[in-house]
Amino acid sequence: MTRIVSVEGIARRFPGLTVFQDVWFGIERGEFVCLVGHSGCGKTTILNILAGLDRPDAGNIVVDGMEITGPSLDRAVIFQGHALMPWLSAEANVGFAVSCRNPGWGKSKVRDAARAALAKVGLTDAAARKPSQLSGGMKQRVGIARALSVEPKLLLMDEPFSALDALTRGSLQEEVSRLVTEAGQTAFMITHDVDEAILLADRILLMTNGPQARVAEVVHNHLPRPRIRADLHHMPGYHPLRDHIMDFPITRSRTLAGTAPADYDARNPPAVHLGG
Amino acid sequence: MPQKVPFWRSALLSLALLVLFLGAWEIAVRPPAATGPALDPEYAALLGQAAQQGQQTPMPAPSDIAKRLVELLSDPFHRRGTNDQGIGLQIAWSLWRVMVGFLIAAAVAIPLGFVIGMSPLLNAALNPFIQVLRPVSPLAWMPLALYTIKDSSISSIFVIFICSVWPMLLNTAFGVASVRREWLNVARTLEAGRWRTAMRVILPAAAPTILTGMRISIGIAWLVIVAAEMLVGGTGIGYWVWNQWNNLSIADIIIAILMIGLVGLALDRLLGAIAQAVAWQE
Repeated sequence: MTRIVSVEGIARRFPGLTVFQDVWFGIERGEFVCLVGHSGCGKTTILNILAGLDRPDAGNIVVDGMEITGPSLDRAVIFQGHALMPWLSAEANVGFAVSCRNPGWGKSKVRDAARAALAKVGLTDAAARKPSQLSGGMKQRVGIARALSVEPKLLLMDEPFSALDALTRGSLQEEVSRLVTEAGQTAFMITHDVDEAILLADRILLMTNGPQARVAEVVHNHLPRPRIRADLHHMPGYHPLRDHIMDFPITRSRTLAGTAPADYDARNPPAVHLGG
Repeated sequence: MPQKVPFWRSALLSLALLVLFLGAWEIAVRPPAATGPALDPEYAALLGQAAQQGQQTPMPAPSDIAKRLVELLSDPFHRRGTNDQGIGLQIAWSLWRVMVGFLIAAAVAIPLGFVIGMSPLLNAALNPFIQVLRPVSPLAWMPLALYTIKDSSISSIFVIFICSVWPMLLNTAFGVASVRREWLNVARTLEAGRWRTAMRVILPAAAPTILTGMRISIGIAWLVIVAAEMLVGGTGIGYWVWNQWNNLSIADIIIAILMIGLVGLALDRLLGAIAQAVAWQE
């Protein structure tokens, strides 16, 4: 495996307040990494820095051997609120992304590519509809189609399902799992939903509460793929994995918060292998 | 919540109110039976019509106005010398000036508003000028316009420009400044570029707000053109109203008021229809 993303000691500081610091982690090609933490630990900031929408106050991020300086088509984002443009149809929303990726393409070629991207998320029949005529789940599907249509090297997701009801969330999680696996897509996702992280991630980064949040632990998820939501809890190794992670947001994220222990190495946070 | 009223009921009530109003008017202005001493016939001949009606131009009854309306509308575009032009022609003159002034104002205000909306620095720097100039009555610019431009017709176009520019400028700047951060972020992650972002994201996002500004502007422009034309004279519905006042043709003045109202309504509806076309909902 080759490392495609390398986060090197990034920090976010305000005068008198360090939200997080000394955050190091890498993402391998084709890997799905989840970042789990409470709100206020700077999760979204980390994702925005990865996307190039924000700058770290220290450290830097290297993608494919190049330090990032701003947003790029190689790093597509699925936003928490779907961020679709309400004056464009589903097809035109995706088409906008396609035409940004391929400036030389003619209208019909862009349209075909947009339709193909929508077909992948099962929205062929809704292509002509405006976002206001789509359900929350369908809107987020369009968001997924838009992000994937630019064929990014890295797919970034900022709690993409948190605004959806439980049933819709479940089916979208499986959909994303399928799409990402099929395409061998490298992905990074922020979530506070432990089950979501277990279903999707190869590796789960656990962040302590802010201020001075850090990656306290890296949990390697060895549950075999494909993982089916309905069967997940019957898989051997699921329960120890889930219990271990569940402990984190409930208690350990708090007890570990603040100054790191003496043997803590920010570049190699303690790793735990579970689920296999 | 107010209940939805069927259209025919409200229309019937409107019609009844109109009939009642016009009927009361008709009765109220009916000339009283001739009383008092008859005037010296020679003096009466000198004074003409006014003498027979007790030396005062009577308020015309709705029936008189209707007759006059038919007369005016039967030949709205005639031109018999500078002071005798059809009412349609006068309205066309006013509309022309409003259109030219308004379009120039839009061509200046929308791009400038765009820049102001995108740059907090420019917004803060230009704000004092806008705040001082905006509340100035557009007619206050007229002498300055006449002095510099030296053409009354262009001066009234300038006055239309100056009064329509502010609502469009402020609304465009506001609309552009309040485009959702997340849409801009989408454009940035797609490397859409400045021009593409402006045309494909910011403009459609701000379009409803911009159209609101344009709608306010055209309303103000139509209000102001009447006053401006009264001031500079020559042609236009405003001039025509003033001319009819000098002629003591009260019926013509009332007809002009009605026409100004109807044209104003049509302009507002036109902009409303365009606003509808660019509106989006979440």
